Amino acid sequence: MKIKLFKQEIEGSSIRQIERSSGEVLKNCYQCGNCSGGCPVSYEMDLPPSQAIRFLQLGKVEEVKKANSMWLCVGCQQCFSRCPKSVSAANLFEALRQMSLRQGKDHKEIRDLPVSFLEKAPQQAIVCGFRKLVS
Amino acid sequence: MARIGVFICQCGNNIESTVDTKSVSEEMEKVPGVVFSCNYKFMCSSPGQEMLKEAIKKHKLDGVVVSACSPHMHEKTFRKACESAGLNPYRCEIANIREQCSWVHHDKTKKTGTVKSNDLTRMTIERLKRNRPLKKINIPVNKRALVIGGGIAGIQAALDIAEGGREVILVEKEPSIGGNMARLSETFPTMDCSQCILTPKMVEAELHERIKIYTYSEVEGLDGYIGNFTVRIRKKAKYVDEELCTGCGECIEKCPFKASSEFELGLNKRKVIYTPFPQAVPNIPVIDAPNCTMIQKGKCGVCAKVCGPKAIDFEQTDEIVEEKVGAVVVATGYELMPNERFGEYGYGRIKDVINGLQFERLASSSGPTGGEIRRPSDGKVPESVVFIQCVGSRDEAKGVSYCSKICCMYTAKHTMLYKHKVHEGQAYVFYMDIRAGGKRYEEFTRRAIEDEGAVYLRGRVSRVYERGGKVVVQGADTLSASQVEIEADMVVLATAIVSRTGADTLAQRLGIGYDRYRFYNEYHPKLRPVETVNAGIYLAGACVGPMDIPESVSMGSAAASKVLALFSADEMAREPIVAGVDKTRCNACWDCLVACPYSAIEKEEVKNRQGETVRWNARVNEGVCQGCGVCVAACRSKVIDLAGYTDEQVYAAISAF
Amino acid sequence: MKIPYYPGCTLNTVAKGFDVSARESARALGFEMEELGQWNCCGASFPLSPDNLMGLTAPAKVLASAARMGDAVTTLCSVCYNVLKRTNKALRDDGEKRSVVTGFIEEEYDGSTEVIHFLEVLRDRVGFDRVRESVKRPLGGIRAAAYYGCMLLRPAGEVGIDRHEGPTIMEDLLSVLGCEPVDFPNKIECCGAHLAMTRTDVVERLSGNVLESAVDRGAEVVVTSCPLCQYNLEKSQAKVAERRAGYRHVPVVYFTQLLGIALGQSDEMAGLAENRWDVRPLLEEKGV
Repeated sequence: MKIKLFKQEIEGSSIRQIERSSGEVLKNCYQCGNCSGGCPVSYEMDLPPSQAIRFLQLGKVEEVKKANSMWLCVGCQQCFSRCPKSVSAANLFEALRQMSLRQGKDHKEIRDLPVSFLEKAPQQAIVCGFRKLVS
Repeated sequence: MARIGVFICQCGNNIESTVDTKSVSEEMEKVPGVVFSCNYKFMCSSPGQEMLKEAIKKHKLDGVVVSACSPHMHEKTFRKACESAGLNPYRCEIANIREQCSWVHHDKTKKTGTVKSNDLTRMTIERLKRNRPLKKINIPVNKRALVIGGGIAGIQAALDIAEGGREVILVEKEPSIGGNMARLSETFPTMDCSQCILTPKMVEAELHERIKIYTYSEVEGLDGYIGNFTVRIRKKAKYVDEELCTGCGECIEKCPFKASSEFELGLNKRKVIYTPFPQAVPNIPVIDAPNCTMIQKGKCGVCAKVCGPKAIDFEQTDEIVEEKVGAVVVATGYELMPNERFGEYGYGRIKDVINGLQFERLASSSGPTGGEIRRPSDGKVPESVVFIQCVGSRDEAKGVSYCSKICCMYTAKHTMLYKHKVHEGQAYVFYMDIRAGGKRYEEFTRRAIEDEGAVYLRGRVSRVYERGGKVVVQGADTLSASQVEIEADMVVLATAIVSRTGADTLAQRLGIGYDRYRFYNEYHPKLRPVETVNAGIYLAGACVGPMDIPESVSMGSAAASKVLALFSADEMAREPIVAGVDKTRCNACWDCLVACPYSAIEKEEVKNRQGETVRWNARVNEGVCQGCGVCVAACRSKVIDLAGYTDEQVYAAISAF
Repeated sequence: MKIPYYPGCTLNTVAKGFDVSARESARALGFEMEELGQWNCCGASFPLSPDNLMGLTAPAKVLASAARMGDAVTTLCSVCYNVLKRTNKALRDDGEKRSVVTGFIEEEYDGSTEVIHFLEVLRDRVGFDRVRESVKRPLGGIRAAAYYGCMLLRPAGEVGIDRHEGPTIMEDLLSVLGCEPVDFPNKIECCGAHLAMTRTDVVERLSGNVLESAVDRGAEVVVTSCPLCQYNLEKSQAKVAERRAGYRHVPVVYFTQLLGIALGQSDEMAGLAENRWDVRPLLEEKGV
C-alpha cells in the first residue's frame, strides 16, 4: 500500500483527541512489537497492536478505525505489562472505541444477542460487553 | 595606576550578530585604568593572539581582559599568550559575552546584548584590577601507579605504564586476572579465540618486573591526593602460601567437595580449593572458605595432606597492606543483569534459558561441555536456538534505559559459533535494531544472515515458556506484522550490561562520582573520557559504560598515557586558583572542612616552642583544592578566601554593574 | 474481625456458590464478611479513558458505601476487585476528579478506603498458617492449577496482588489446603473476557489454550477467582476435547469452594452442584 504523509494529519485533531482520550503519548512507542507478541487476540486482528500504533503515529486514523483490532481488544493489559516504554495499546483501543461509541454507533446490536447467552452468562460479561461495544 | 588592555572578540558572527562589539570597545576606553581597547573578528586565531602579544608589549599592559567565549574554551589559550609576552598569566581574565550574553539575545537593534556586554566587561575589569600575580603551585609526585581491576582494560593500562618505565600495582578481586574477557569463546569481528589473545598479555603482566599483582584482593580505602595517594588493600585469605605453592594442582584433584563455579556462571561445579580456569594468572589456587569443611568444621584437610611443598595454611587470615602511589586507574569492568530479573522469560528457572556469557562458556573449548553446544537441562544438542536481543536494555519500564552496545555484535557472533558447531541447527534472532557501528562490524552481522543462515526477526519477545520438552518463544515480527511462535530447544538472552555490584561502594571509597546506573563519571564525555574530576584518578573500560574490547583497550592505553604524563616531572604544577586561610583569625570551627567536597581542608595544629599545642586552624591542601569556593561561603568568620575570586574582587565586580 | 464485603452482581446470582463458600470459610476462620448495606454493580469495566468520568460513578458509589462501614472493603470477583482498586486510585490521586464524581453521585468519599482481595485478606490479615491449622479435610494432594487471568494482576503498579509474572499467592493457599499446586505457562493469559458476547470462537481458542496448558502439566482441577473466567473455561472444554485427542475434562472451581471443602463445609454450602463440570467425583477419588 502507499500512504502520503501530512503534518496536519500527524498532529491533527483526531490524533490529539485519541491521545487525550487515552492518556497515552504516541511518540513514545518505538515499535518494538512486544505488545503484538504478547496480545492474546493479535492473531485474529487485522492490524496487530504495534501496527495499529504505527498507523496512528503516521496520522492514519481511518486505517485503524476500519480494522477489527479495537473491537477484539479485551483490555487485558498484557501489552502495557511488557511494554518497555509503558505504553498501553489497550488504552489506545479504548479511546478509538469511545470515539465511535460516543457518536452513537453500536458495534453490537442488543437484539442480536442469543437469549441463552443472556440467561446463562455471568452478569459481568453482559455489563462489560455493553460498556465496550454498545453506545 | 593600572594599565589594562581590553579585547572584544566578535567570534565571527557568533557574538557580533547580537552584540555591537565596536561600541563595547569604545565604551570600555572610558573606564579608568584602561589604556587600550579594541575589537577583533577572531581573538583565538593566530593573528588574534599575535595582536594580543603585540599590544601587551607596545602599550606596556599590566593586565588583560578578553571579552569572548566561555573561559572553558580559551582561558588557557589567552593566558599562555600573555605569559609568552611577559605578563603574569593570572593578570589575564575572560569575560563571557558569548554563552552568557550574545547567545541568549536575539535583536541587535534593541541593544540589550550590547548593554549587558558592557556590564560584564566592566565587572571583569574591576575584578582584574585586584588580581594578584599568582604563581603555579608545585607538588611532589610519587611515580607509582595503582590499577584497580585486572580485566583487559586494567591489564593494558598496567602494561603501558610499566613499559613507560614506571611501577604499577594491579589489584584484582578474583583469584585470577583476566576479567570477563577470559570467559569469552571468540571475539568479534575477527573471531580470534579470546583466551589465545588474552593470556599472552596476562602472562606478560605477571612476568613484568615493574608490575606487582595482588589477586583475591580489594581496595579498602584511598587517602591523599594526586601524586600522593595511600591505598589500603585487603588481601583476602587464600589459605595457600603463594611463595611455596608450585601450582601443581594435586590439591584441586584430590579435594572431595564441590561448589557452583562463578567463572562458569553456574553451569558447572568446581572444587572447593580451585583456580577459576586453567590459564589462571597467578596459577595459585584459593580455598572457598564458606564451603570448606576443614575451615568450617575442622574435618578433611586432604589438600594439605597431598601438598608436597606444604603450602596449605588453614590459619591464614585476611591481611591489610598499605601502598603509596601517585595515580590511580579504575578499570573494574561490568557484569550482566541477572536472569532472575525477567519474569516473562522464566525468572532464571527455566534451565535452557541462559544469557550471553553462559553461551560463551558452552561454546568455549575449556568450558563445561568441552566446546559442544548442549542444552543445560538434558545435554542434548539443540536443533534450534532463539537469541533474544535487548533483554533489559532500552527498557525504561523494567530495566535500564540505555543500549548495551555490544549485544547486536555478540549475538551475530553466537549465531555463527552455533552454526559452526551444529551444522544442521537453525538460529533465530529477535532484534529491535542492529547496532554495528565499528570497523568491519556491519559486514560481520550481514555474514551471520547471508552466509550462515541465521533468521533475523524484527520484534521483541513477549514470553518464553516450557512445553513438551521444548522452550516456546512467543514474540513479534513487526516487518511482517505478525505474532511469531517458535518451538526452540534453547534460548539465549542478551541481557543488559550493568555496573558491578559494589561499584558504588568502591566509588565512595575512592571519592569519585557515578551516575544513576552506577557507571563512573568522566570529566567530560567527549574530550576527557579517561579522567575524572578527581585529580589523579583515571578511568578505563566498561566501568564507565558498556563498550567493546577495542574501546576498553584504547581507554587502558589512554589512561596510561595520562599517568605517564603526570609522572613525567618530579613535581607537578597546579593552577593556583585555590583557597587560602588567614591563620591569624581562624577559630577552628571546621565548617570549611565539613563543607569541602574534595576533602581538601585539614586540621593544622600550631605548637609553641615547648611543643605544646597553642591552637588549631584550618589548612587548605593546595594539591587537592579545586577552587570551588564552597568553603568561602561556609566560613562564618570570613577568614578563608579564594585566590582570583577574593571577596574584595567579587564586591568590586558587583559594584561596577 | 469484621471486614466490609462487596459481592458484586454476579456473585449474587450466577456464581452464588462463590459467595456462600467464601462467607462460610470466613466464619470458620474466625472473621466475618459484612455485606455492604447498600451497593450496586461496579460497572464490570474500569474506564480506560481518563476523561470518562461517568464510568467512575458506579464504583465510586460502592466505595462511598464501604467507607461508611469501615476503612477497607474486600471482594471476590477479580473484575470487581480491578474496577474498585483502580477507581480508588484514580479518585485518590486526582482531587478534581474526586470532587466532580462525588459531587455527581452526591456522596462523600475521601479516597481513604483500602480495597483488598479476599486472597490478600487470607494472606495478610488471617495468615496462611492459621488457614493451615483450621483445615479439617485436607484435599488429598489434588493437582490444582491456579488460574489468575488478567484482572487480579494488571496493571501491576495499580492492582497486582502478587508479582505479575509468576504470581504464587493462590498456589500458596492451595498448598496449605493440601493440594499439589500445578504451575503452567498460561496462568496469566486472558480467557477471552467479554468477547463471549460477540466472538465465541476467540474465547474458545483463548480459554482452550489455558485449559490445554494446565492439563498438559497434569492438572486435575482448575481454580479461579473470576466468574467470567469460570464461565469461559467451562464453555470451551467441549471444543478443546474436539480438537485434542485424549483431552480429559477438568472441573473449574472457585478457590473459596476448595477452601470451604477443606475447612469442612458441606457440598451444598460450597455450591459444588452449580459448576457445570462436577468436582465431586474427583474429591471422592482423592478420599476427601
